[in-house]
Amino acid sequence: MMPASYYLFLSLALFLIGAIGVITRRNVIVVLMSIELILNAVNINLVAFSRIFGDVAGQVFALFIIADAAAEAAVGLGIIIAFFRNRETVLADEMDLLKW
Amino acid sequence: MLDKVIFFFFAGVAILSAALMVTRRNAIHSAIFLITALMATAGIFLQLRAEFLFVTQIILYVGGIMVLFIFVIMLVRLDVALHQIRFRLQRLVALLVVVALGAEVSVMFWVARKIPGDGLLIRGSAPVDKLPPNTEALAKSLFSSYLLPFEIASVLLLVAMVGAVVMAKKRTDAQ
Repeated sequence: MMPASYYLFLSLALFLIGAIGVITRRNVIVVLMSIELILNAVNINLVAFSRIFGDVAGQVFALFIIADAAAEAAVGLGIIIAFFRNRETVLADEMDLLKW
Repeated sequence: MLDKVIFFFFAGVAILSAALMVTRRNAIHSAIFLITALMATAGIFLQLRAEFLFVTQIILYVGGIMVLFIFVIMLVRLDVALHQIRFRLQRLVALLVVVALGAEVSVMFWVARKIPGDGLLIRGSAPVDKLPPNTEALAKSLFSSYLLPFEIASVLLLVAMVGAVVMAKKRTDAQ
């Protein structure tokens, strides 16, 4: 068995790459994909600790996170399609309808 | 030893394709690299002997969510976004945030290593041949201890489905 720190650092790396994507990208679809990457990084942590402690609860939580990610992707992409129909853009800095 | 080789292979693939996903300009390329990263994560799950999650990851993430993403990328006109320069200041902010966050978590891991006992570096775990069948154990836990969250998740998925349909629907003149 490998030490838990390997998985923690892999998860940290994926999380940080996802965070970079969320901050730097202007395309909202790619921002949503980066959020999926972040959720995925969290899942690695949960499954690794589930294996280390021999308790299957961590995998149940990971399952719930996958369900959440699916719901989030569906609603997010629905919003993007509705917004694109109105404003013809998917760039985050052009979405300024609520700006005064 | 084999465990380590498998882990480093999948970890390398995951990190490399995640980095490519964030840096590619073309959204379709980003989606393809995200699929590679998710598949590599599925490999990590298999290496951790979470067989059910391995299959769920591939069917649900790669087969379901990513197909949805690619459909939306095809529906939305993206050629404008391809030729625009990204905002410089944002990159600086991202670098600062990521360095701060990475340093913070690394320090946390480093401190936790020195906690009496094993800290975060736990080595002992059940040997592979002593593990209960993964899907069976997962089902027993999911349908007994976590039955209420399971039901709530089903309601959440229903709400998300209705919401997505309502938002993506074309408004007709009759309304």
